[in-house]
Amino acid sequence: MKPVFMTYTKKDLINLAVCMFLSVLIIPTFITTEYWYTSILIPWLCLALATIGQQIVMGYTGQLALGAAGFMAAGAFAMFNLILRVPDLGFVGSLIVSGLIAAAFGILFGLPSLKVRGIYLMVATLASQFFIIWMIDKFGWFKNYDSSGIITAQDIVIMGKPFTTPLAMYFVCLAVTTVLTLLAMNMARGSTGRNWMAVRDMDIAAESMGVSLLRTKVQAFAISAFYCGVAGALFAFCYLKSLEPVAFDIKLSFKILFMCILGGLGTINGAFIGAAFILLFPVLLNAIGNNVFHGAIDATIISSIEQVIFGGLMIIFMIYEPLGMAKLWENLKQSIRLRLSSSGNKGLKSSAQKSE
Amino acid sequence: MVDELLFFMEVLVGGLLAGTMYSLVALGFVLIFKASATFNFSQGAMVFFSVLAFCGFMQDFNIPFVLAFILAALLMVVVGLCTERLVLRPLMNASEDTVLMATIGLGYVLEGLAQAAWGVEVRRLDLGIGDFPVPWIADNLKLFISALDITAGFVAAIMIIGLFLLFKYTKIGLGLRAVADDAGAASSIGIPLKHIMLLVWSAAGVVALVAGCMWGARAGVQFALVDLALKALPVLIIGGFSSIPGAIIGGLIIGAVEKVLEVYIGPFFGGAIEGWAPYVLAIFFLLYRPEGLFGEKIIRRV
Repeated sequence: MKPVFMTYTKKDLINLAVCMFLSVLIIPTFITTEYWYTSILIPWLCLALATIGQQIVMGYTGQLALGAAGFMAAGAFAMFNLILRVPDLGFVGSLIVSGLIAAAFGILFGLPSLKVRGIYLMVATLASQFFIIWMIDKFGWFKNYDSSGIITAQDIVIMGKPFTTPLAMYFVCLAVTTVLTLLAMNMARGSTGRNWMAVRDMDIAAESMGVSLLRTKVQAFAISAFYCGVAGALFAFCYLKSLEPVAFDIKLSFKILFMCILGGLGTINGAFIGAAFILLFPVLLNAIGNNVFHGAIDATIISSIEQVIFGGLMIIFMIYEPLGMAKLWENLKQSIRLRLSSSGNKGLKSSAQKSE
Repeated sequence: MVDELLFFMEVLVGGLLAGTMYSLVALGFVLIFKASATFNFSQGAMVFFSVLAFCGFMQDFNIPFVLAFILAALLMVVVGLCTERLVLRPLMNASEDTVLMATIGLGYVLEGLAQAAWGVEVRRLDLGIGDFPVPWIADNLKLFISALDITAGFVAAIMIIGLFLLFKYTKIGLGLRAVADDAGAASSIGIPLKHIMLLVWSAAGVVALVAGCMWGARAGVQFALVDLALKALPVLIIGGFSSIPGAIIGGLIIGAVEKVLEVYIGPFFGGAIEGWAPYVLAIFFLLYRPEGLFGEKIIRRV
């Protein structure tokens, strides 16, 4: 399709308009309970952003990394310290700088990717996960010498106006996520993204065609960590409203990995679908446990079942649809389109059914 | 001076022996990688699953120790069978990374199943071997070394020798090596791939059970075992993914280095550096010797 504006096609602009309409007008008018904002929408946006970060390095560049939560922690604590120590920077400035700080860590721990891939790289990125959390935990300066272990996040103030209600925070997350998502789509479609994908598909071939591996991989790690860092800062300031290193442990990294893979590797909308699924599924399971079985099933059993289902789905998707839920969504749209276009034409209809 | 040296020896020996515990976990990885070139990320979950089942059999059903061990081992064979049937066979021709991700999913399934069946609370596992210094060694050599560490060392040594002999001198071992080299060629000359896979996964399951018993006796049988088992990954990187002796040497290096660093350098940084030191060590190995000490050189073709 022909791009209309920058690299975006007409379809993208329509999608954007629909999404903006839904998220800016429809959701705030129809959803009034705070629970939805504080427990579902805000963490969804933050985690989707982190998953885009994971997508860039894993889905687009094909580097198996498992340290997203570490970069999120770096971003969150950088944000805390920037607001505390450099108040002149403002919220948006601090957000960008904390993303850059996370990106610096990303470059450092992404360097082994030049030499190794697959599970070897996974181990190298695990180092970043454990090291960053340890560093924040052990050096009091990062936590402003707070001994309680849990620090309350500062209020969000943009241009002198406080953003403290759930709705206001939702808009902050929405704005940041929208801008960064558009940027990510732009990068993924431009030469940057093409280089990433060339490296993913066959790095040696890409190199022999003149794609610099050093540049491409390090760039992917830096941008990925930037996204994770910003997501981590939002996660801490809008969702948790506190800063504790434990919140960013390896479990969160695995969660983001699952969001990325189940959502669909190498897709941006997959990040949103995957994050929504991983967030909402436990809510649904708990609701079933409480309403259908009236609490007869222990909460720990429910969370174990959830784990079994996530793991099982991972295996099933790897076997039947390695491209994840985004691909399922694409197939669904395709079949609906075929059905609609062939409703008047019998011959086409049968062929459409065959192709399904 | 002598005291300092003794203390260093104690730290070093303690670390080396603790390292054999990592080796035991790493051994399971190596077994599967050697036979099928699959990175089994769920080995840690298998350790947790098997030892929790073992504890469950003993404590909830009052089954005697030996019978419970045999039951748990049989359970791991069943797990191996299901894995081969449901996960590996459909993914026979999939890429390495896809299989790796599927084994991450498998790990999640095993962790969830274990907790759903046996609960989430920490269980104590008493093997009848105390985690305290052996008096004889403490008296004669003035080294304080835990009896559990020594047992783990012996168990690891026996398993290594057993597996080494199996791989080197039996027909099954020859088949295993053939499959590892080229699964397609091996099956074309009549080596039953299915049986080999089942055998390997069962063996890895039993190794996981043994490793789990050692870890469980030390730290209690709990979810944290899964994270501990992650440390087997740096061990593998240092030793090489396809080498059984490598798993042992890697474990010893990680164990010793992490303890020595923790005791001598840790205090300057507020301790707990053993959480990441093995991974950073692994990064240095990756930068200079990506195939590990004993691994085969990685050659990739376009």
